Amino acid sequence: MRTEFRIRAARSLGRPRARGNIRRAMDGLIRKRIGAFPDTGELERLRDQGQAIRDHALNNLPELLEQLERQCAANGIHVHWAEDADEANASILAIIRRHNGHAVLKGKSMVSEEIGLNGFLAEHAIEPIETDLGELIIQLAQEHPSHIVAPAVHKDRREVAELFAQHFPDEPHGEDIEHLTALARRVMRARFRDTRIGLSGVNFAVAETGTLCLVENEGNGRMSTTAPDVHIAITGIEKVIARLEHLPPLLTLLIRSATGQPITTYVNMISGPRKPQELDGPREVHLVLLDNGRSRIHADPELRATLRCIRCGACMNHCPVYTRIGGHGYGTVYPGPIGAILEPQLQGLERQGELAQASTLCGACGDVCPVRIPIPQLLNRLRSEHARQKAAPGGSGAFVERAIWRTWASIHANPGRYRRGLWLVMRLRGLLGRWMGPWTRTRAAVRIAPRSLHELARQEGFHGD
Amino acid sequence: MATDSRTRILERLKAQRIELSPAPVIPVRAFDWDAAETADRFQHMLESVRAEVHRVGDDWPRSLARALKVRRARNLRYGPEGPLGAELAAGWPTDGPQLLAQTQPIETLRDDLFDATDAGFTSCLAGIAETGSLVLWPSPAEPRLLSLVPPIHCVLIETHQIMSTLHALIAAKSWADAMPTNALLISGPSKSADIEQTLAYGVHGPKSLIVLLRHSPGTAESVHESY
Amino acid sequence: MSTPDSILFFGTCLIDLNRPEAGLAAMRLIEGTGIKVRFPGDQTCCGQPAYNAGYRDEARRVARLQLDVLAGTEPVVVPSASCAGMLRVHYPRLFEGSADAARAEQLAGRVVEFCDFLERIIDIALVDHGPPIRVAVHQSCSARREMAVADSATALLGRLTNVSLVEPDHAYECCGFGGTFAIKEPEISAAMANDKAAAVAATQAPLLVSQDCGCLINIGGTACKQGHRFQVMHIAEFLWERCAAPAALSQATSHESIQ
Repeated sequence: MRTEFRIRAARSLGRPRARGNIRRAMDGLIRKRIGAFPDTGELERLRDQGQAIRDHALNNLPELLEQLERQCAANGIHVHWAEDADEANASILAIIRRHNGHAVLKGKSMVSEEIGLNGFLAEHAIEPIETDLGELIIQLAQEHPSHIVAPAVHKDRREVAELFAQHFPDEPHGEDIEHLTALARRVMRARFRDTRIGLSGVNFAVAETGTLCLVENEGNGRMSTTAPDVHIAITGIEKVIARLEHLPPLLTLLIRSATGQPITTYVNMISGPRKPQELDGPREVHLVLLDNGRSRIHADPELRATLRCIRCGACMNHCPVYTRIGGHGYGTVYPGPIGAILEPQLQGLERQGELAQASTLCGACGDVCPVRIPIPQLLNRLRSEHARQKAAPGGSGAFVERAIWRTWASIHANPGRYRRGLWLVMRLRGLLGRWMGPWTRTRAAVRIAPRSLHELARQEGFHGD
Repeated sequence: MATDSRTRILERLKAQRIELSPAPVIPVRAFDWDAAETADRFQHMLESVRAEVHRVGDDWPRSLARALKVRRARNLRYGPEGPLGAELAAGWPTDGPQLLAQTQPIETLRDDLFDATDAGFTSCLAGIAETGSLVLWPSPAEPRLLSLVPPIHCVLIETHQIMSTLHALIAAKSWADAMPTNALLISGPSKSADIEQTLAYGVHGPKSLIVLLRHSPGTAESVHESY
Repeated sequence: MSTPDSILFFGTCLIDLNRPEAGLAAMRLIEGTGIKVRFPGDQTCCGQPAYNAGYRDEARRVARLQLDVLAGTEPVVVPSASCAGMLRVHYPRLFEGSADAARAEQLAGRVVEFCDFLERIIDIALVDHGPPIRVAVHQSCSARREMAVADSATALLGRLTNVSLVEPDHAYECCGFGGTFAIKEPEISAAMANDKAAAVAATQAPLLVSQDCGCLINIGGTACKQGHRFQVMHIAEFLWERCAAPAALSQATSHESIQ
């Protein structure tokens, strides 16, 4: 079936330059992660801890969210709850309007992508200013991030240089990465100085202290959360953790899995707005807690593991499918293996169910996940839910597919039928064409042996008793 | 409206009762490095991300002034009321870069800080040897942007302030009981690998991080004066 | 698990259809060590294709037959890490909470992948009679990860004194077969298979061996279409050819084609 996903994936496969860029980057990230965890015993201990911490948070989610809200309020952080993207966008807009804001400094936030914040703000005549270098590149190119950690990973330095030349014609041209980085610094500097509202995501929200923890390397995150008068943080409700002492192992897992660094340049822990005697920092801090389908995922004991995710991106770095088609091939905010389990749950199987098929179930993602999300197992579960949904009244039917599997089962559940079928296929193998659907477009046809193992075994005296 | 969403979200989350469980207790990860090893590791990790580390003595303000002159810094902004403010000013050489006292709120300082300040000086609360991190709790005397906006950030740390891990620090100092409005770990100058996964230093935060490491009396000797 | 007196051999449907020589070679190798090999004639397929496609009821129907056929106490040796993984890891999940749960658990505990069986369980003695050869190895994803038996295959092949092993570039990466994935997402699958075949060809080894037939038909079929020169062979067949084979049985299936 020529689905939307297949068309998009094929388009991505047909872009050799982006494919090469992504492949090189993923190879590098895989190597760096290996270097960051030299001791596998320690890695496994950390993963045990990461899983335990995140499972505890999810199993106590409503209570922890209430505690987080209480602690934030005590610290002077305003907490807003949003059921969906519209509500989150509306609360953010209301805050900006109250301060007569015309522009918003944005630290990197995938949740802001999820709610389509940039487009929404632009519609309301508010300029979203992406400040992370990768996000800036994407914004200038009018694209979406192709990776949750490295948004512009599909572009090489020449493409970035062209883009910068086009948008910053007064700046000197150059393709050197140091030059491009310095250029980004220069053009952003005045925006950091003059913009009065900042927005960021959150890596972890600590319930016991009401602390928002953000990690980054560039300093744009600190700028966006420190220099403006108002800081708005947005996060999914699943990002809460119970205790401050849970941060160190999670930071270690997140940072080393994501980039292979021992630590990011900045770990920023925000526990409130500027106090009266302080000389800087935002005067208001807001936290928007977004559900947008997460409570539905939370209701299923098996699928709940999806929400353990700490957004390190290691699953996509190691995914052979992601490596081939990149984030744009998926066409969703969250790509790669985590996207393939998360998006069908956030958006519904009828819309994104096919993403669960976009995997060979090779297991690489589950193997590297720092919080041990059994991604292949959850893909399998979603495939079965999807099949069931298609068969249900009102479903898309998928009559042919169902008929094939029912026939397949009736043959393979019956030894006599199976052996007769095998015998027949082998006798007819000369007649079976060399064409085997999409398989033979890029491969020779599958060889069919003249005699089955069943026949050879019997002939050679291997029996069941 | 917001309250309604809050109620509905919490109701959905509470609909299927999951047995409440105690928070997992994570054993504190720490290393038993001696003082010299701790300092060496701290320095090595910082240098591996292009921080400039100087082992200094009591004339550290002079060492800092020299390091800043090499970088052609015209001035250094500092908090006179900070823990090291008086010491810095007292030891500052007359031919050193101009000392600027940070005493005004950002609202009246924005342009100066962003456009006319070459370097910022802060003290720090602690260091973390495992990752080569400086731990800052910005205060009214040494506000947050002092370590972020100027192109050069300078820090003095004493060897006894260095712990082996973040976890050991959080546990030893009972952070959970009283978090400041902003706590920071800083591990090197600002950097990005967003283009071709190639590291480039000096993006939006400081381009240079100068760490002055002073040997604390009473700890094992490991000072190799480099200035 | 110690060396058993007898084993049950689960041949897998792919070997049945595509590469029965590998199944036969595996059984002969095991029987050659004095272990009685039983091949229950009513076995069909582990049910993985339907299971991975999301058709669990259909998978269960087929899997239940294998529970009947493979009942007993002996080890069940499987010349495919993928099918072994289905029996060992996924059967307990598939039958969880059903009347067959205990049977599924019992079977799962007896399943051993073929290379792992020869290497780790019975510590087989192999005498390499073949000429010196360089061989590329492809460890299937199930062997590497789900079953964690890749080291056994490497060690087993290492017992062949005249064989030098090479690992293709990106060896850890999936070949793109993925069962129904190759049919459902043929473009992505082809991109992966092309890369894999090219990486194998770049080793200049004349032969690629693997413990999984699915990978072999995918990589071999792609190599043939792309004009790469290497041949593909299941490890069982390769061992048999090197160590014990009368010449008649041991023909490397040059390329995937209907003869």
